Amino acid sequence: MEIPKSFLGYKRENGRAGTRNHVIILPVDDISNACAEAVANNIKGTIALPHSYGRLQFGADLELHFRTMIGTGCNPNVAAVIVIGIEPKWTKKIVDGIAKTGKPVEGFHIERTGDIGTTMKASKKAQEFVMWASEKQREECPLSDLWISVKCGESDTTSGLAANPTVGNLMDKLEPLGVHLCFGETSELTGAEQVCATRGATKEASEKFMKTWSSYNDFILKEATDDLSESQPTAGNIAGGLTTIEEKAFGNFQKIGNCKFIDVLEPAEEPTKGKGLYFMDTSSAAEECVTLQAAAGFNIHLFPTGQGNIVGNPIEPVVKLTANPLTVKGMGEHIDCDVSKILSREMNLSEAGDELIKTTLRVANGRLTCAEALGHREFVMTKLYRSA
Amino acid sequence: MATDIIIHDKKDNVGVVVIEKITPKQDCACWIMEDDSSTNIQSVDEIPLGHKIAMVDLKEGDTILKYGHDIGKVVKSIKKGEHVHVHNVKTKKW
Repeated sequence: MEIPKSFLGYKRENGRAGTRNHVIILPVDDISNACAEAVANNIKGTIALPHSYGRLQFGADLELHFRTMIGTGCNPNVAAVIVIGIEPKWTKKIVDGIAKTGKPVEGFHIERTGDIGTTMKASKKAQEFVMWASEKQREECPLSDLWISVKCGESDTTSGLAANPTVGNLMDKLEPLGVHLCFGETSELTGAEQVCATRGATKEASEKFMKTWSSYNDFILKEATDDLSESQPTAGNIAGGLTTIEEKAFGNFQKIGNCKFIDVLEPAEEPTKGKGLYFMDTSSAAEECVTLQAAAGFNIHLFPTGQGNIVGNPIEPVVKLTANPLTVKGMGEHIDCDVSKILSREMNLSEAGDELIKTTLRVANGRLTCAEALGHREFVMTKLYRSA
Repeated sequence: MATDIIIHDKKDNVGVVVIEKITPKQDCACWIMEDDSSTNIQSVDEIPLGHKIAMVDLKEGDTILKYGHDIGKVVKSIKKGEHVHVHNVKTKKW
């Protein structure tokens, strides 16, 4: 298949391109969710991103909170941002971080004004932003403007046999064309960590990966109360035939094809070493991982599933694929790309990879994903430890 | 050509059922992805889609190989053709 050289995206002030054109209402903290949701309810075409944290966090955990907030606002799928927080200082910090992209952003704090007054002021600005954004047109953008993140979920053995290798095939075909790629799920590489480390493009990248994996594994071993048999693999994984974390890890690892990763990113850290594959230190929980990848600037997500994870994200479209024919049959409304014919050997891996490229480009050009049509907007902040 | 079981790597001692289920004493056609070769096995247990079958006899302490790699240890002996899962295999990690 000849791979198209471009897609239709929204060009942003900082030179990036979006696959979506959202105006978001971003609460700095959990107590500002109600006001953010009131604004989104008032002004049609905006979306609020409620979440559970943002108060009394400190140290690396607070840094991650800010990085995730600012990164979400900076994502090229976002045209403009309203930031609402209880206090002025943290609100301003997030506004200033997003403003560096050149996109419209304005902050409001609730203290001394209350929810109703803040909702009114923020709604007026949100109306202005959404009407401005509604005039933006899709333009031809080079394929290299795609930043593709990947994560698998509710995996089973069909994931490792077919759906994940399909993503790997897409990576092998698109990596030479200059796209950015990202995989994560630190804990779900356990058992395959030594093999994964050999896929660092440099000695430095390999060592950084091993250090990151070891640190996450030490944390799990410290907190574990049993053999994690209730958590990893999950009950869904086990129902689908996955027996151990090692088996899950080698299946998971198929997603990167033959690519090598050029750097290891902190959670929600924007890649700065140019095109190519990156590894990001993330949880293996789907909604947390996708939220972090979106905050790092990735503008389209590929999500292979076995038993049928249904996750979506408010700003980064999540394209789902499966090779499990029972999942296609039972919950087809969640599946954007069906590669189950690989199992019956009516389709080979390269054909499946081509199908996934076609689906990815249709979604990049504007086709809604199943998760978008079904209203999945999971926005879940990663929290590193207890608040002060 | 119908395939009942797919095996990732020649070194693997388990295969994955890729039809809705296999029934006891079923003669199954297996495809080895790595070198595109074929083999056969007769099942002992009923095994559903996505679950593993032992391609050889395995005893306690043996290592399960899939993708050509170590994915865990046998904790209860397994006969060729039997279902391989959490009841007879455990992780070596956590």
